[in-house]
Amino acid sequence: MSRAGAWRLGILGGAVALLELLCRLGAIKKITMIPPSEMALALGRLMAGPAMWPHAAKTFGNVAWAFLIAVLAGATIGVVLHALPGLRRALDPWLATWYAVPVFVFYPLFIVLFGMGDAPIIAIAFLFSVAAMTIATLDGLGRIPRVLRKTARVHRLTPIERALRIDLPSAFPYLLTGVKLALAYAFIGVIASEFILSGFGLGHEISFAYNNFDNRTMYGLMLFLLTAVVLINLVVQRIERRELRRRGR
Amino acid sequence: MSQVHARLMGVSRVYPAAAGQAAVHALGPLDLDLRRGEFFGVVGPSGCGKSTLLDVVAGLAAPSEGRVTFEQRDVAGEVPDGIGVVFQEDASFGWLTVWDNVAFGLRRAGREAAEVQRRVDEALRFMGLVDFARAYPAQLSGGMRQRVCIARTLVMEPRLILLDEPFGALDAQTRLLMGDELLRLWRASGATVMLITHALDEAAMLSDRVGVMSARPGRFIDIIDTGWARERDSRIAAEPSFGALTARLWSLLRDESLKALGHQRP
Ligand SMILES: Nc1ncnc2c1ncn2[C@@H]1O[C@H](COP(=O)(O)OP(=O)(O)O)[C@@H](O)[C@H]1O
Ligand SMILES: [Mg+2]
Repeated sequence: MSRAGAWRLGILGGAVALLELLCRLGAIKKITMIPPSEMALALGRLMAGPAMWPHAAKTFGNVAWAFLIAVLAGATIGVVLHALPGLRRALDPWLATWYAVPVFVFYPLFIVLFGMGDAPIIAIAFLFSVAAMTIATLDGLGRIPRVLRKTARVHRLTPIERALRIDLPSAFPYLLTGVKLALAYAFIGVIASEFILSGFGLGHEISFAYNNFDNRTMYGLMLFLLTAVVLINLVVQRIERRELRRRGR
Repeated sequence: MSQVHARLMGVSRVYPAAAGQAAVHALGPLDLDLRRGEFFGVVGPSGCGKSTLLDVVAGLAAPSEGRVTFEQRDVAGEVPDGIGVVFQEDASFGWLTVWDNVAFGLRRAGREAAEVQRRVDEALRFMGLVDFARAYPAQLSGGMRQRVCIARTLVMEPRLILLDEPFGALDAQTRLLMGDELLRLWRASGATVMLITHALDEAAMLSDRVGVMSARPGRFIDIIDTGWARERDSRIAAEPSFGALTARLWSLLRDESLKALGHQRP
């Protein structure tokens, strides 16, 4: 492990230990937070029982849909905008201010449009994450060195070949950044929507446990979600690292 | 021997005005015949249109006026088969190993795996890159990356090789040695070579003929026959005629370089 990694682990371990101590000593009230060790136990119980899994499946399923559609649509929109600079100039201010708009205000509208269920949740999460992928795609395509485009022409590549053999790999690190952000935003979008207006999913379960003063379940679910997100991000980061190391960055 | 390989007739190139920038008349009008199998050097003050000239010869840029032919056929809109280009900028593919970089064109042309293997290995040997076959370009120095690009070009066995200041990033000694390798490659392949360089001694040492360009818009103010034998290497730098040649190139270029710097004639 690297030095920085060791520090990170130390800080995390220290914070958890401190929290444990504060909870045990009563400095933090039981009604506010349960000790981390009990969170872990609660997590174990949740994972052993059948109750949580359908909610987890629903949440991860919705995240997966929102994420996939956002990545495909974002990449497509990015490619189109890159190819049509006039259109891009027209839309650039919107892209730049996208995240200034709290997309959750559209949630009631989506429920009216799509009804209660998965569709409005996926729609919100999609809206939330698609711009990140679009921006990353535009960034990546814009940074392809001109000399590589010329090289493609010297090798007499067709437009499709150029897209697949030059543009895509050249822009790949930037696309990965977009994928990473899109994934994070898809999670935020889905969980937050479930919190507000849903009868199912991990977000709803957390909110339900909160309303019923069921701290064990609430912290167990939170820990489950955090762990899952961290693990997924580790995988993406590993791919990103390998790619960047290869390119000497 | 003096068969025309590529020909420019009344060629000029103007970069059209764009986004607050005035139009730039970068090149010509000029005529040029590249003879089959010759080593043609191009020198000129920076910004005089050398890279633009290369783009036009290669078919990467259309001339604003005039005509370009390669092997008696019009060059129009695309790079003709048989032309290889080594650019001024690093054009190695950062996501591929050195070996895969060099194999790129052959694979794309659908050559058999065994043939790809043989030709890539040979090109790597020729350019002294065998030990770096599995490395990625980012792990190499700028000069080594440029060699990868040269290997990637020569493995396709182009009949006309265009090189744009390929050794610009190298120190003087390494440049001399790379020049020798380039001569070796030129003799072995029988290809026509056009080498753009800012180093007068390099042009004088390598070329059969040296085209001297004026300040922008670049035209040929003179084309000098060096008279070297085909079998030559960097040791000709010790000959008296080499000094005379370099001096002549400099006297031709001095005024133009001053112009390019924005100075008046002294
Ligand atoms: N894409 C372009 N658009 C506008 N002007 C250009 C472009 N490329 C080159 N130029 C201009 O054309 C002139 C010649 O450029 P170039 O051919 O690169 O010169 P050299 O290779 O001799 O240094 C320069 O003044 C340069 O600024
Ligand atoms: Mg140049």
